[in-house]
Amino acid sequence: MMVYFLCLVLMTMGLYCLVAKKNIVKKVLGIVIMDYAVNLYIIVIGYKTGGVAPIVEPGMSEGMYARFVDPLPQALVLTSIVIGLGVLALMVSMCVRLYEKHGTFDMSAISKLRG
Amino acid sequence: MSLVPLFVAIPLGMAFLIPLLGRWWKTSGEVLATGGTALLAVMSIMSIGMPAVVHHMGGWEPPYGIAMVSDGLSVLLLIAINIVGFLAVMFSLKYMRIYTGLPKYYSLFMLMVAGMNGVVLSGDLFNLFVFLEVASIASYALVAFGTDADELEAGFKYLILGSVASVMILFAIGTVYAVTGSLNMADVAREISIRFGGEMSPALLLAAAMFLMGFCLKAALVPFHAWLPDAHPSAPAPISAMLSGVVIKSLGVYAMCRVFFHVFGFSPELPSSLIIANGIIAFSVLSIVVGGLLAIGQWDFKRLLAYSSIGQIGYVTLGIGVGARVLASGGVRSLAALAILGGLFHLINHAAFKSLLFLSSGAIQHATGTRDMKQLGGVREKMPVTGLSTNLAALSIAGVPPFSGFWSKLVILVATLQAGLYAIGGIAIAMAFVTLAYYVKVQREVIFGEVKGAVEKAREVPAVMYVPLVILAVVCVGFGLLYPVIGYRILEPARDALLNGAEYIKLVLG
Amino acid sequence: MKGMTLIVRTITDFVVGFIVVFGTYIVLYGHLTPGGGFAGGVIIACAFILLLLAHGKEVAFSKLGENTAHFLDSAGALVFLLLGWVGMSAGWFFMNTLPRGEQFSLFSSGMILPANIAIAFKVGSSLFLAFSALAIFRRRSFRAVIEEELT
Repeated sequence: MMVYFLCLVLMTMGLYCLVAKKNIVKKVLGIVIMDYAVNLYIIVIGYKTGGVAPIVEPGMSEGMYARFVDPLPQALVLTSIVIGLGVLALMVSMCVRLYEKHGTFDMSAISKLRG
Repeated sequence: MSLVPLFVAIPLGMAFLIPLLGRWWKTSGEVLATGGTALLAVMSIMSIGMPAVVHHMGGWEPPYGIAMVSDGLSVLLLIAINIVGFLAVMFSLKYMRIYTGLPKYYSLFMLMVAGMNGVVLSGDLFNLFVFLEVASIASYALVAFGTDADELEAGFKYLILGSVASVMILFAIGTVYAVTGSLNMADVAREISIRFGGEMSPALLLAAAMFLMGFCLKAALVPFHAWLPDAHPSAPAPISAMLSGVVIKSLGVYAMCRVFFHVFGFSPELPSSLIIANGIIAFSVLSIVVGGLLAIGQWDFKRLLAYSSIGQIGYVTLGIGVGARVLASGGVRSLAALAILGGLFHLINHAAFKSLLFLSSGAIQHATGTRDMKQLGGVREKMPVTGLSTNLAALSIAGVPPFSGFWSKLVILVATLQAGLYAIGGIAIAMAFVTLAYYVKVQREVIFGEVKGAVEKAREVPAVMYVPLVILAVVCVGFGLLYPVIGYRILEPARDALLNGAEYIKLVLG
Repeated sequence: MKGMTLIVRTITDFVVGFIVVFGTYIVLYGHLTPGGGFAGGVIIACAFILLLLAHGKEVAFSKLGENTAHFLDSAGALVFLLLGWVGMSAGWFFMNTLPRGEQFSLFSSGMILPANIAIAFKVGSSLFLAFSALAIFRRRSFRAVIEEELT
């Protein structure tokens, strides 16, 4: 129970970093922290106390299957990590291009459009 | 062989084929994109009126496997996405000549269409999230396509806010999996109705709240709208048309409907569903007011259209929210049906006229080089076709009879007043007059009036660019006049699909 | 683009081959051990990125040229989509129709092995291209950051 709450705390820390920092690279890091916090949350959902890794080896009996941790969240997180990688690549390349245009990473100097 | 996986496989195939051939065959992007989207548009029109189809990917039966489901609501959105996509591609054949790196543009465009088709056809929560991300990432890159300082900043802002929304949606999906043990939408619905028949557990309430926040951010409802007024004007015109016309609807409004009507369900036995319905109505009213009031003072044509989008999406979700509230408080079922019909009708109307308005702003920018309304005027004399179709769209979105916008707004307002929400109905009626006001401003400043400086040297845009405008204008007029012939065949299956949650479970799980 | 010191370059020369072999192992046995196409593709991309960092852009591009990487990128994705169509012959998209041999051997998974290989090509080449695109930009803006920090 405590572990889920700690994942939520990690996500809130990422959200704080996104909101409170002015450097756009730090904002990108905030989003990455939030992304990985949610991935961690999903893996922990599948955990079973006293479980073993869900890999079938030659000579395993049927009774062993009940002791596996849940493999479905692991598959979900694999996909989610790939998505996070794609978004990170796009964010970083946008930061690089923004630096070339404005000469600074400071958000208050970059944002000229009114919201 | 079922058509359903083709809707995702064809644009994905085109998206991967275009960069491959783009190194030797310079116009590969144009040819393949036009052919692909034309084929998709034809396929989506062919699927009107066909019975609902479930396609099991890999042969695995649900709930173990991933299913792709095409019911009435999906067909409605498929028609909107593919037809607007085809017309936007046709428009960008000439408009995007001023940009470089065109094969990448068409490849990203096809990825966006593939992602949206996947969202609309998905029967599984995580599959919905994956396609939502595919479409979102493609749209982030397309908004910043021109790599000017303005476009990059708008794209960056859109990217950050969209990523926050996706994180919240993923958190909610994880929570739903933890509580119910399954990811298939029909299976989750059945588990929730069996196990939590009386009350939603706190974990499911948290999941519902996170879903609501995430999808409202994708649909740009107030107070989650901060990215839209920067992203839509800065994008190239066909991308603005796609974004405002179909992306915020399929990623935001459709996903919200699918998750809240089918997975969580609205009924008098679940008291927390009334809270969700009231939340949707509250966000819609805020969007209508803020979008309308902020649009009046704008002098940038595309920015005015962007704020108008916020307001009109508020109308769509108002109709759907009123229907949800009537269902959740145990009211008359036909009233809920009327409200949902109004919301869905306004959804497809808005797809037609908002994309027409953004494409025409692109045509005006192509011909005159500006989108500042202080420098435009009398477009109708120099560019008659563009002026006429923009005029029709403006009349339709302002709610002038007998165009289509009037009928859909009338249905939403009648349903709101009949449901007993008199104050909200009054606000919506007042804001309809405000909508008329700023579209009269558009007409006075841009279309009619005397020819001002920038419009002096304008000529009519090439045929490839004004044919989509004409087709969309015909749709605007046609939906209004020919509803008993065309409209009911598209809208009534969608409305029935949303109202009958139990049918969806039976359809998918057999 | 300048590379790194002599020690780094020597160790890289020894290690790069092993990294590629290890990545290939993770790709090929993806149906039996953890890993699969994406993880193996990332490891193979890391081998080429290590070449880029240690020796410089010219050496890395001589091993895996830019045109080859773009081609492998698109071709890998198209092969993956075609594998879905192969499954359509049995009625459902992505159905696993290739023959399965005995359990726990290399060819025991039907369609998963070609899918892993296609994804490894795509992921490896696109990560290498993304990194090299950022590395080319990095040179111009890094100098500006250094000058800004010093003044």
